[in-house]
Amino acid sequence: MAVDVAVRAGRPGVPRVLLQLGRIVLMLVFSLPILFMIVSSLKPDTQIFSDLTSLRAFLPVGHISLDNYRGVFERVPAAQFLLNSVMVSVVTVAVGIVVNSLAAFALSRMRWRGRRIVLAAIIATLIVPFETLALPLVWWVNKLPWLELNGFSLVLSDGWLDTYRVQILPFIANAFSIYLFYQFFSSIPTELDEAARVDGASWFGIYRRVVMPLSGPAVATVAILTFLPAWNSYLWPLMVVQSEAKRPVMVGIQYFFQLNVAWGQIMAYSAMITVPVLVLFVAFQRAFVNSIASSGVKG
Amino acid sequence: MASPAVVLLVVFFVVPVALAFGLAFTNARLISRRPARVVGFDNFVQLFGDPVFWASLRNTLYFAAVVVPVQAGLALVLALLVNAKVRGRNFFRTVYFLPVVTSMVVVSLLWRFIYQPDGLLNHVIRAVSFGHWQGTDWLNNPDTAMPAIIVLSIWQAVGFHMIIWLSGLQTIPPELYEAAELDGTSTWQRFRFVTWPGLLATRTFILVTITIAALSLFTQISVMTQGGPLDRTTTMVFMAVRTGYEQQQTGYAAAVSLVFFVFVLLVSAVQRFVTREKD
Repeated sequence: MAVDVAVRAGRPGVPRVLLQLGRIVLMLVFSLPILFMIVSSLKPDTQIFSDLTSLRAFLPVGHISLDNYRGVFERVPAAQFLLNSVMVSVVTVAVGIVVNSLAAFALSRMRWRGRRIVLAAIIATLIVPFETLALPLVWWVNKLPWLELNGFSLVLSDGWLDTYRVQILPFIANAFSIYLFYQFFSSIPTELDEAARVDGASWFGIYRRVVMPLSGPAVATVAILTFLPAWNSYLWPLMVVQSEAKRPVMVGIQYFFQLNVAWGQIMAYSAMITVPVLVLFVAFQRAFVNSIASSGVKG
Repeated sequence: MASPAVVLLVVFFVVPVALAFGLAFTNARLISRRPARVVGFDNFVQLFGDPVFWASLRNTLYFAAVVVPVQAGLALVLALLVNAKVRGRNFFRTVYFLPVVTSMVVVSLLWRFIYQPDGLLNHVIRAVSFGHWQGTDWLNNPDTAMPAIIVLSIWQAVGFHMIIWLSGLQTIPPELYEAAELDGTSTWQRFRFVTWPGLLATRTFILVTITIAALSLFTQISVMTQGGPLDRTTTMVFMAVRTGYEQQQTGYAAAVSLVFFVFVLLVSAVQRFVTREKD
């Protein structure tokens, strides 16, 4: 805005041209590496290197094919990895929306003892990065029991390593999601609750029929802000998932650095796990940007 | 209705934090038949005598000390550039944001290729300097490895903070700018006395979030350098993972995590104190 004002203040066109030039240079800086990844995924390894000497590096020219993609599927169980990541992220997001919105509802709408303390405690957890508890958590989930259905009897098994649940459950309850829902619910007038109560609605009825239907933007924000880290998760599955059957996409990348490093295939795999998210982003751009922006309105 | 969330937070947050405190004073191993034994301060004595720990502390601080101001500043410049009413500003915003939705793992891989001795960057350098400068093996050169990682980290995340600055800029009433313009102020004066004070809340938020993210540096190290060359890129989180997971010394790793935890709290407290004093 300050910049805009300067331009309108009537100085000759030079600064405006320079600023626009700056925007274009920055656009290239941010987009060329991604373009390079997509274009290179279509080229044989030898050509990726020979094209580096010219602008051909960023153009889909020469020997273009989907061979690298075919190679990826031959070399690693990429379809399994994709399925695992979709499964883990979708469940984390969906269950997270329900669990966190319920908690936020109880905190913002219901009157109970200790409510404020619980809310303050939840917000205080925000400054603790996950990395500080990751290692004790590995030890802990390795000891946790789990009920398993074995034939017709329930069997107590221990150890959560190498499962879907170990990739999902620790990330369901999310202090930031609770906080975002709490903020949003506080903006919905309580007169609506009271009207529903007069009509005989229960707390759960108010949650389901009054508050949640009005909370579309908050749901979108939480969905986006929890989907990205779930899809991109790396540190945690690196430590708790060993088998290919449960491995998510980001950890799958390790395969490409064993034996011979095939950059064309690496680019193809990277493009495969990135482009769907980029397409989603461009399609839902407004929701994305609003959700990031609302995450900052914290004061 | 809050109970599912509270139970999950207790099991997966409160317990691990408590465990970090407890395990740090034991010789627990990740997989062991023998029960863990209390060893007092042994882990901490070993840790403070370990040169790798001091290197990781130094590297983590170095990374944060550069990334926090540069990324916050650059994000503000981007936000000002795309907040102006110019053609295509939505397009520019979208493009600047693209790396944010690209995972750090993919970004690290991509830049690993860019930084290779025969990679993209060195070819660009050769072309621009007409062959006078050959570049270097960025990630294997102890002097350039960390700066190289700093550049890509900022490249990946700066769009996120651009959006936060933008939402802060939009809370400043346009009337303030009009009034300032009528008073015949310069662009710099308008920035200094209207924009900057208007961004107070945003500033604190950005400072805190970048700092915590920067101190937690791990993925780039794991994908690109594995802490090398010569431990010049080992960070505290990377060290914790290497000892706790790869070497399975849970007790020792808990000590590293605990020191890291205290370190993060300390930095946040200092930051809070400094920003409070100024404002």
